[in-house]
Amino acid sequence: MIGSGTEVQASWIPPVILLTSLVPALVIFLLREEQRRARTVLNLAGALAKVGLVAVLVPPVLAGQRFEWRVPFVPGTDLVLRVEPFALYFLGLSAFLWLLTTIYAIGYLREGRDRSRFFGFFSLCVVATSGIALSGNLVTFVVFYELLTLATYPLVAHEQTAAALRGARTYLAYTLAGGVALLLGAVWLTALVGPVEFAASGSAAVGELAERDPATARLLFALLLVGLAVKAALVPLHGWLPRAMVAPAPVSALLHAVAVVKAGVFGIVLLVDDVFGAEVAQRLGVLGPLTVLACVTILWGSVRALRQDGLKARLAYSTVSQVAYVTLGVAVAGATATTGGVVHIVHQGLMKITLFFCAGLLASTLGLTRVSELSGVGRRMPLTCAAFTVGALGMIGVPPVAGYVTKWYLGLGALEAGAGWVLAVLVASSLLNAAYFGPVVARMWWGTPAPEQDLPRPRRAEGPWAMVGPTLVTAGASVVVVLVAGLPFSPLAMARAIVEGGAP
Amino acid sequence: MTDVLVLLVLLPLAGAVVAALVPARAVVGLVVAVAQLALGVVAAAAVLRDGPVLGELGGWAQPLGIGLRLDGPGAAVGLLSGVVVLAVAAHAAAVPAATGGPGYWPLVLVTVAGLQTVLVADDWFTTYVALELLTVGAVGLVALGGRRAYEPAVRYLCVAVLGSFAYLVAVALVYARTGPLALHDGAAAMPPGAATATVLGLVVVGLGLKSALFPLHAWLPAAHAAAPAAVSPLLSALVVKGSLVVLLRVWTGLGGDAHLGTLVGLLGGLAVLVGGVAAVRQERLKRLVAYSTVAQVGYVVLLVPLVTPSLLDPTDAAAADVARLAWQGGMLILLAHGLAKAAAFLAAGTLVQVAGGDRVADLRGIAARAPVVVMTFGVAGVALAGLPPSLAFVGKWQLLTAAVAGGAWWAVLVLLVGGLLTAAAVARVVATALRRPDDDEDDAPAAGAPVPRRVALPALTLAVLAIGAGVGSAWLADLTLVGTGVGT
Repeated sequence: MIGSGTEVQASWIPPVILLTSLVPALVIFLLREEQRRARTVLNLAGALAKVGLVAVLVPPVLAGQRFEWRVPFVPGTDLVLRVEPFALYFLGLSAFLWLLTTIYAIGYLREGRDRSRFFGFFSLCVVATSGIALSGNLVTFVVFYELLTLATYPLVAHEQTAAALRGARTYLAYTLAGGVALLLGAVWLTALVGPVEFAASGSAAVGELAERDPATARLLFALLLVGLAVKAALVPLHGWLPRAMVAPAPVSALLHAVAVVKAGVFGIVLLVDDVFGAEVAQRLGVLGPLTVLACVTILWGSVRALRQDGLKARLAYSTVSQVAYVTLGVAVAGATATTGGVVHIVHQGLMKITLFFCAGLLASTLGLTRVSELSGVGRRMPLTCAAFTVGALGMIGVPPVAGYVTKWYLGLGALEAGAGWVLAVLVASSLLNAAYFGPVVARMWWGTPAPEQDLPRPRRAEGPWAMVGPTLVTAGASVVVVLVAGLPFSPLAMARAIVEGGAP
Repeated sequence: MTDVLVLLVLLPLAGAVVAALVPARAVVGLVVAVAQLALGVVAAAAVLRDGPVLGELGGWAQPLGIGLRLDGPGAAVGLLSGVVVLAVAAHAAAVPAATGGPGYWPLVLVTVAGLQTVLVADDWFTTYVALELLTVGAVGLVALGGRRAYEPAVRYLCVAVLGSFAYLVAVALVYARTGPLALHDGAAAMPPGAATATVLGLVVVGLGLKSALFPLHAWLPAAHAAAPAAVSPLLSALVVKGSLVVLLRVWTGLGGDAHLGTLVGLLGGLAVLVGGVAAVRQERLKRLVAYSTVAQVGYVVLLVPLVTPSLLDPTDAAAADVARLAWQGGMLILLAHGLAKAAAFLAAGTLVQVAGGDRVADLRGIAARAPVVVMTFGVAGVALAGLPPSLAFVGKWQLLTAAVAGGAWWAVLVLLVGGLLTAAAVARVVATALRRPDDDEDDAPAAGAPVPRRVALPALTLAVLAIGAGVGSAWLADLTLVGTGVGT
């Protein structure tokens, strides 16, 4: 979002950020299956380089510098990559979590097959996510958004069983169809007002269009929203998410916390705040329906989660519900609510990735995939269950875990915006969160294993450290982000800066 | 530069003669392919820099001599031909079984010579001769597929001759009214009217037959599927495009016709849908790929109704913008399809050989044995479906923009649905290839030898090119406009 007092300079930094994952991706594809060390070194070097780049960029970007890179795409329209606070925020989340997920995946797949293919597409996914984060106009966003769809398909289908391929097919059908809506919306909007550059408080040309022809503007908003809502898993376009659960645990973590779902909500935030602008969207009357849609998704996801016995399925429906908080934040509009939504991009990412890491540990160490099998598992795998508990408490909104900050800001923002009924939805959602996470946690710690269920002794500790380590780090991080919320460069401070920079 | 035009034609022709006489045919083929690519690059650079390259064969001025003119689309398709022929030749040299016999190399070079003549010929009659040369080579290539291919080859021959006949009648009509005429600017000599409309109609039918434009497409899937593995890519990527380029040249040269233009566009739309649905439903791999060619021809002719308003009223600035976008978009799709389809057919040929059967169901689990080839097919499929960041996506974006700006909503719908259909057809193949046998099932047939790198690499290169060429393709879009008079 280009606010006042910013300075845009042409720079090679944005493409270099992409290259930190593109180069590993391409080289890994060429590696033989048994070249394990080379693969690990490449993966970690790329991930560390990206984290380092992001860290170095934070101070200058917050001070108002912008780094931009352009290349002609079609006559009159460029591909634009730009480093801005919001881009950096999303990029920082994905870079940090990618590093941890890579370490986790190396442990998870230590005896797996087709690992060069897996890690190649894994890195390609991060290329696409980084491209989405950095995109400076609508065309660029569409390109990387579709690339993300394509790069994740082989990951979801990784096991290559009938079930995995079915899940992957559903995923592809939903996302490609959504992509068509997005493409149509983007082309149409571009044909009407020229290349749509993302700008603080909305693109001026789109604002004029909304004045001139509100009906078309509403239709375009709806088209673009449908395209984004598929990946953001807004009801009723969420059907792919639970079915993509067949993917290996690190992929689920990627889908739910780092890349796919996040790309969807990131896009919705851009659509409302940077394409149309919150004020224009408010005047068009599209935010009310979006608020309702987000609330329905929050409640429906939670209700469905209640009835799932599969642990990953329960987590999947929980994602449907939790990610809609971000949409809710921008739909309610106003600085406070938007801050709550934006900060939840990071908070949900940290908490949900923790939960999926735990689910993966339980499945790979003890072979447990169902909630009903988890009785007493806390005594066998205390670290894993502690991490799970932190994540679950955060989802419910218990301080001092991250989720509570989000709910606080969302509730306050709803009151400010005069939408008190949203508060009721938030309370109901928290109760539902407690209703589907509480029993899991209680069963882990206080349940007694059924006599016929003989929990096998873990071979060593709770799993390889490559898996346990990242789990503990993300669980810790979901507490730390709250404790440091007042400091500069904390996610909350960043979210505030992003939202305030966007205000006129 | 004139020499380059002559060389473009004579080199493959001479190569064909040499290849028919010496035993080291593949070597001759490869040398000519490399030289052809180099000439294509030189010619395209010249066209991009200085505009269309003109020349006369043998130094005789028109109307006595043969006029040569290489415009932007011709240079672009020439480049495509250079790349595709080289990749296919490399594949054929690595897998002699894919060629269908020793006649392969001379026939390929004759076909290439035919295509190059089509691209550089500038008058109606020379173009006719060139198209015949192209057809002869192509039919011969199909027949290399053995006994099973004879019937499709004969059918292809009949259709192509019929098409040539329609085109020849059009030539006769034109020459009766004006005398020898250049293709690229006939509008002054042939003012709009019944005669011009008749000529255009005959050309659309004649070249539509040769390019398999719906509903004249029935011969194509059989012919392209029956041809040997190293032939199908040439047919789909290049031969079909030759007659298509002529169709578009005649259309812009004569200034088009509004009603006929709409009809052609609608046929293109139907081709996309019918070809797309048929591809999804095919049980046999090569037929699936061939039906996608039917759809792709449809994409390209969608540009016809979008370009026509500007041809009819050159002063309309808005129409000119639409025409320019549509033309560039359609031509980029044509080029992208050429690369991607050649890759898909080469990969399909290898898969069929590894699987020992050409049914999609035979491919079950083949990704374990030929991972690179399956990947190639998938990447080519992404390009065929026009998904980002492929070159076809750039073309599709422009064509979509033109259709929205020109108010052709039916074309928008066709473009969007067509992409999904192609994606569905490709996804089915890829998913079948990935399917691993369940633990309780008998394991797949014992793994054979892995596909050697020199067999897999040419197709993979083409597929990666079809994806990668999308970034920074502005020069290519500019090239396709040079010397066409569209949108000026």
